[in-house]
Amino acid sequence: MNISRRSFAALAGATSLTLATPALLRAQSAGRLVVIGGGFGGASAARYARMAFPDVDVTLVEPQTSFVTCPYGNLILGGKRVLSDITHSYDGLRARGVNVIHDRAQDIDADGHRVTLANGEELEYDKLIVSPGIGFRWDAIEGYDEAAAEVFPHAWTGGDGSQISNLRQQLEEMPQGGVVGLSIPGNPFRCPPGPYERISMIAHYLKQANPTAKIMAFDSKDAFSKQGLFQDAWEELYGDMIEWVPGNADGKIVRVDAENKVFFSEFGEEHRVDVGNVIPPQMAASLAHDAGLVNDSGWVPVDQTTFESAVARDVHVIGDANIASPMPKSGYIANSTAKTAVAAALSDLTGSGAPSDPVYFNTCYSHAGEDYSFSVVGVFRPDGGEIVETPDSGGTSARGPLTELAETRRLEAGYADAWYDSITDDMFS
Amino acid sequence: MKKLALVLGFAMTFGTFQMANAQEAAPMIAQSCAGCHGQAGAGQGSSPVLAGYDAEDFVRVWHEFRANERPATIMNRIAPGFTDDEVAELAAYFASLQQGE
Repeated sequence: MNISRRSFAALAGATSLTLATPALLRAQSAGRLVVIGGGFGGASAARYARMAFPDVDVTLVEPQTSFVTCPYGNLILGGKRVLSDITHSYDGLRARGVNVIHDRAQDIDADGHRVTLANGEELEYDKLIVSPGIGFRWDAIEGYDEAAAEVFPHAWTGGDGSQISNLRQQLEEMPQGGVVGLSIPGNPFRCPPGPYERISMIAHYLKQANPTAKIMAFDSKDAFSKQGLFQDAWEELYGDMIEWVPGNADGKIVRVDAENKVFFSEFGEEHRVDVGNVIPPQMAASLAHDAGLVNDSGWVPVDQTTFESAVARDVHVIGDANIASPMPKSGYIANSTAKTAVAAALSDLTGSGAPSDPVYFNTCYSHAGEDYSFSVVGVFRPDGGEIVETPDSGGTSARGPLTELAETRRLEAGYADAWYDSITDDMFS
Repeated sequence: MKKLALVLGFAMTFGTFQMANAQEAAPMIAQSCAGCHGQAGAGQGSSPVLAGYDAEDFVRVWHEFRANERPATIMNRIAPGFTDDEVAELAAYFASLQQGE
């Protein structure tokens, strides 16, 4: 209270200057929330925290200076979007008062409530939200390492956009009549319908640019998300361009030779490809492993209502890295659960009530062709320590001949675009 | 820094620089709607505007979706997943918003 008139005037001047800079207006902090990871989970969490708990200090740690979404990345392959369409700035979060730090979180000291950054700095927190995303099991497919991923891009993390751009460029440069090979992992993995939307969007592009090309999709599984809908679409739109090889037909790829562009199946079949897309088996991102948050599965066990780590107090883990089956590892689930996790984490700092009966919501749209999209919906609730899908709700779009369903497929394509714009607003605006 | 914080805290009590955004007032149950219908029910692309929707109409339409009595692509799958109390809360929230807010 000991402010001299002079310093008050100086400070008042400074204050009026900072009115346009809400980042500095964290004067009456009820506590410090640090969020690691600026994707669907982390960006949604940071934004929601500023909106619902304006007295809380929010810091977001994310190495990339802009965010490239995985959703709609397949539309780049299909020629329906370019990279800038799916790249998002963190300026909107900064304008909301989020302190955005572009660095990598190196380690978490849960007992000391500290995060160490790659540059050596330490951030203290009262509550920590970790949304680190996925990591790849680089040892799962022999010959597939980070160098091989330049030849056979995974394009399964947004990163700086180079992976999806690489794959698009290879498709453009592929000789006429060439073969595109995909290697698709077993469950669980990020975005269950994603590989099959990718197959569709590659076919959409090739049908115009390289109509004699073939797509060979080698799968570790015998069944997949929205399978009937996808297979109907492939037949209706792309004839015999696509061949899907399930696990029980020796579809599992166990070794690749990037130099000679060969996939090797579990039982020794060799498949020469012109362009290869290897989506490797996955686990929680490395930070979750380094911080001791994962169990033997490689994913992070969490309370199914608060998303607090089973082993670290005041650390809530959301997004694809956690274990929340039967919910899919999707952007919408990351966004939906981010808000519940923030409300749960901040309830004892702010005196607000913790969410008592949360509902987690998911919709995943897939684009199979021009004006041809469909979806899966899920409404989930925690019940007795587990997550259960609400009975008699959700499910996939209706199947049927395109002659009857063309309008439905067209409408869903429009709703998919609305979803993309809405959810990215809900993360970054 | 402490002094600055104090003055800023003082300024905040008079200021209106917290952006007005009705999404901030959205109850948790309505948060998921923002994944398709835009912020504060403002609508997005072909996803309809919900802000300002009459509460009784909202409940009636929801029941029609739930009973598959209304043309739909996706709302007929979403609607059965929510209880009557939850639908009433959604209806009250969206009715409380002005269109274009």
